[in-house]
Amino acid sequence: MTAEQIIFLIVGAVTLISGLMVVTVRNLIHAALWLVATLFGVAILYTLLNASFLAVVQVVVYIGAIAILFIFAVMLTRRQSAETGASVNTNWWMGALMAVLTFAGLAYLLQSWSGFSKQASAIPSGFDAINQLGDALTSPAGFVLPFEVASVLLLAALVGAVYLAFTKK
Amino acid sequence: MIPLSWYLILAAGLFSIGLFGVLARRNAVAILLSVELMLNAVNINLVAFWRYGDVSLMAGQVFASIVFSVAAAEVAVGLALVISVYRRRNTVVAEELDLLKW
Repeated sequence: MTAEQIIFLIVGAVTLISGLMVVTVRNLIHAALWLVATLFGVAILYTLLNASFLAVVQVVVYIGAIAILFIFAVMLTRRQSAETGASVNTNWWMGALMAVLTFAGLAYLLQSWSGFSKQASAIPSGFDAINQLGDALTSPAGFVLPFEVASVLLLAALVGAVYLAFTKK
Repeated sequence: MIPLSWYLILAAGLFSIGLFGVLARRNAVAILLSVELMLNAVNINLVAFWRYGDVSLMAGQVFASIVFSVAAAEVAVGLALVISVYRRRNTVVAEELDLLKW
């Protein structure tokens, strides 16, 4: 086993276990903090995959903004009975069955695919992934249209969120 | 070296955990937390396919960054909806929000 594989196994186990804690733990603040652990694990996986820019964005946007937004929302919607009642509904076993079936189906489909155990080819020397990503996002031959649509989507979400959470006098 | 299969299986596991959370949790904020797990699983797949395919084609990373912005928009609107519902109904438990249930 190489060092990379050992790092992957440790990070993968931490990611999956903290993911399980997110969906099972009763206290929602703790669930949001476990989500931060999961997101950190995913950021380390991005680093293992040589996607350094996405790893940084994962920490800044996901952990810095989204997870903190979750913690604010949990604090704003606290209620005593919501924390003493069950954390899962009465049909939780059906959800667990669906999740196990989905995982089994995905695993079966993936292992029947020919590229399943493909190895990564070495990154060519002088290849700058961040430079390439910037080019792809801004060149008209690349993805400039989805990039602009994403910015319009963010603006619409901003306006919509302010409108929805606004208290009318 | 790590084979592609490890990433795909890990992402499938994370997606299934998120699916369980969406289907089973009662609190609306917890459901949104689980949706984040599912979006992250998809992102792992996109970046893994970029790395194990032709690295000079950036579509995988571009799609992953667009998923980031969609996730940010989804969380902002979703949490605003949850806070708005909490103000009107004084609850965030999904099964108590049954106004549209026939």
